[in-house]
Amino acid sequence: MKRLLKGGRVVDPVNGRDGIFDVLIDGDRISAVGTNLTADGAEVINIPAGLVVVPGLIDMHVHLREPGQEHKETVATGVASAVAGGFTAVACMPNTKPVNDNAGVTKLILQKAAEANLARVYPIGAVSRGQKGEELADIAELKEAGCVAVTDDGLPVATAILARRALEYTSMFNMPVIEHCEDQTLKGDGVAHEGPVAASLGLRGIPGVAEAITAGRDILLAEMTGGHIHIAHMSAWTTIEAVRQGKSRGVKVTCEVCPHHFTLTDDLLAAPVAYDTNTKMNPPLREARDRDAMIAGIVDGTVDVISTDHAPHHYDEKNVEFDRAPFGIVGLETAVPITLDKLVHTGLITLSRMVELMSVNPAKILNVPGGSLSPGAPADITILALELLVTVDKAKLVSKSKNTPFHGWSFKGGVAATIVGGRTVYSNPAAGMQ
Amino acid sequence: MLTTLRHKHLLGIADLSPDEIVLVLDTAEAMKEVGQRTIKKVPTLRGRTVINLFFEPSTRTRTSFEIAEKRLSADTLNVAIASSSVVKGETLVDTAMNLEAMAPSMIVLRHASSGACHLLSRICKASIVNAGDGMHEHPTQALLDAFTIRERKGRLGGLKVAIVGDLLHSRVLRSNVLLLTKLGADVWVCAPATLIPPGLKQMGVTVTTRVDEAVAGADVIMMLRIQLERMQGAFFPSQREYFSTFGMTEARVARAKPDVIIMHPGPINRGVEIASEVADGPHSVILDQVANGVAVRMAVLYLLAGEPQNNAAAD
Repeated sequence: MKRLLKGGRVVDPVNGRDGIFDVLIDGDRISAVGTNLTADGAEVINIPAGLVVVPGLIDMHVHLREPGQEHKETVATGVASAVAGGFTAVACMPNTKPVNDNAGVTKLILQKAAEANLARVYPIGAVSRGQKGEELADIAELKEAGCVAVTDDGLPVATAILARRALEYTSMFNMPVIEHCEDQTLKGDGVAHEGPVAASLGLRGIPGVAEAITAGRDILLAEMTGGHIHIAHMSAWTTIEAVRQGKSRGVKVTCEVCPHHFTLTDDLLAAPVAYDTNTKMNPPLREARDRDAMIAGIVDGTVDVISTDHAPHHYDEKNVEFDRAPFGIVGLETAVPITLDKLVHTGLITLSRMVELMSVNPAKILNVPGGSLSPGAPADITILALELLVTVDKAKLVSKSKNTPFHGWSFKGGVAATIVGGRTVYSNPAAGMQ
Repeated sequence: MLTTLRHKHLLGIADLSPDEIVLVLDTAEAMKEVGQRTIKKVPTLRGRTVINLFFEPSTRTRTSFEIAEKRLSADTLNVAIASSSVVKGETLVDTAMNLEAMAPSMIVLRHASSGACHLLSRICKASIVNAGDGMHEHPTQALLDAFTIRERKGRLGGLKVAIVGDLLHSRVLRSNVLLLTKLGADVWVCAPATLIPPGLKQMGVTVTTRVDEAVAGADVIMMLRIQLERMQGAFFPSQREYFSTFGMTEARVARAKPDVIIMHPGPINRGVEIASEVADGPHSVILDQVANGVAVRMAVLYLLAGEPQNNAAAD
């Protein structure tokens, strides 16, 4: 079965393309990209003006919650949310119950993903057994079962020695260690960024350097071992500075930033809704200096990836006192609108750079297919609607959970369609797609 | 001239304008007079139900609210943590919605979480009165402190007020800083560096770790309790060292103005943050604060109650 995406703007940085091209899909693969392509018997899909065809977006940091916390999200609802947000693949964190520290859990997740048959799912295994920070998990077994990276996300790798061993051990498998950077002693029982806002709200603080200290530790260890460290969800200006220095020395360090950290500051904890638990996530929203450093890092190339840290929590769990609420917000369905509105339409980055951040680089870091529209590549395609006005309505989110701080916000730019393996798994009538 | 508050709830001093603060203090003067009568009761809140919902132990504040409510003829009841559904796992929101279903006019809330009163204010029709939320605010304490200062000094503007003690964990500090700076006092705050929250300077106060500097020429010295149960994190080496470095002794008081007043929100730790000679000495107004607390809380409840409800139903 052939499908021809006809006459749309195609942005494919790996192949140096940004222009009007046709994309021919043969089965589940890209067959050709060119001008005036024809194919006998192909289903022709005309791409309206204003829509852009890009390699499928990959979110390398999501929590699908299954197994164990299916009241927040399941693999099936998570991938439905992903494709509605324009993601053709997601990598899911191992802090499930039980922890994904063995092949059994990995295979369960992959089986659920196969049943859902929407976005591709790449499980990420635990660094340490039970994420307890004591001994290494069976990483070779995890790799064999389908894990593409390891992390103790939710927590940092507990000790420098364990981080060292993980970096050494994973280097045998060409897998990154993804680090949730946070010195636990400095974090203490903090619930918000340590600064004037937390001081005036009477919330216990988490200083920015709690993140940078662990990042600094791991960058030095990556330099020493030759391992690949990936710094997850950066929030503090000091962290990005540590990454910048590491990169300048040639350390194998990559990093990611989430849309909320390049958009929001901790002022949102105080107003318009004081103590809104949907402004509580870890790492926390920080100050303008931090937020601006994230944008600067995205613009200057220090930042490799935009990920969402999609962290669904049930309404009941968030409808409590601020300090008792769990950390985290959903992000899969708001990432594209925020990125297009705040970074692309403002002229801070090009569409091509956005594709690098959300498709090319995550594929490269995780060593998974995708990231380009090269002939022979999987036909994973996202069609963006640049001018579409998107107003976030939490009630309409596809995710099982609705914990977003962006409810009621409007953004210019959205998703028109999502194609995985040649099959349209999401299309948005509002963007002119059938 | 202002005669009512602009907000339905008293969540914090942060929401009050200077003229609203003065209104509360002026109203409290009239209420204080009620407390000096033989029959200490007025019918102002007759038919109104006030629930004192206390999730943290409190003797002074809860008693003070209860007396204030009774003097205003409100129907009052106390819900304390030990006897509540919370021990059965009920959430704060569910507890509040159940109490709300019984149509109280006001809920006076004390809770260990900062922002708990804001949460309730979004789900309850009743007016929420903050009786202390976590490390955030304790607005009626700041109002009664201001009342006590004004009673002694005749004003708040231009006074040097030194606040000494655990600045990091104190809701009394936050409310007092907000109130005193709004009314033009010169506020100095002093603590060991480990107990100074970052961002305090932005609240318009002078921050120092030298207690002698803080109290020099002060009109008011306000001590904050060292919460011994919170000091496990090694904020300072020992109680002994704290007292020798920051404790309010007669020698330190002597650096202040001769007519300085010494305040403390209680409960006091004698020999930790304050010497007994100072707490019990001629400058101390600690028990005046307690007495004024009733009048100030009467004023707050009266002002929040506004016009009598259900007039239409009576027609």
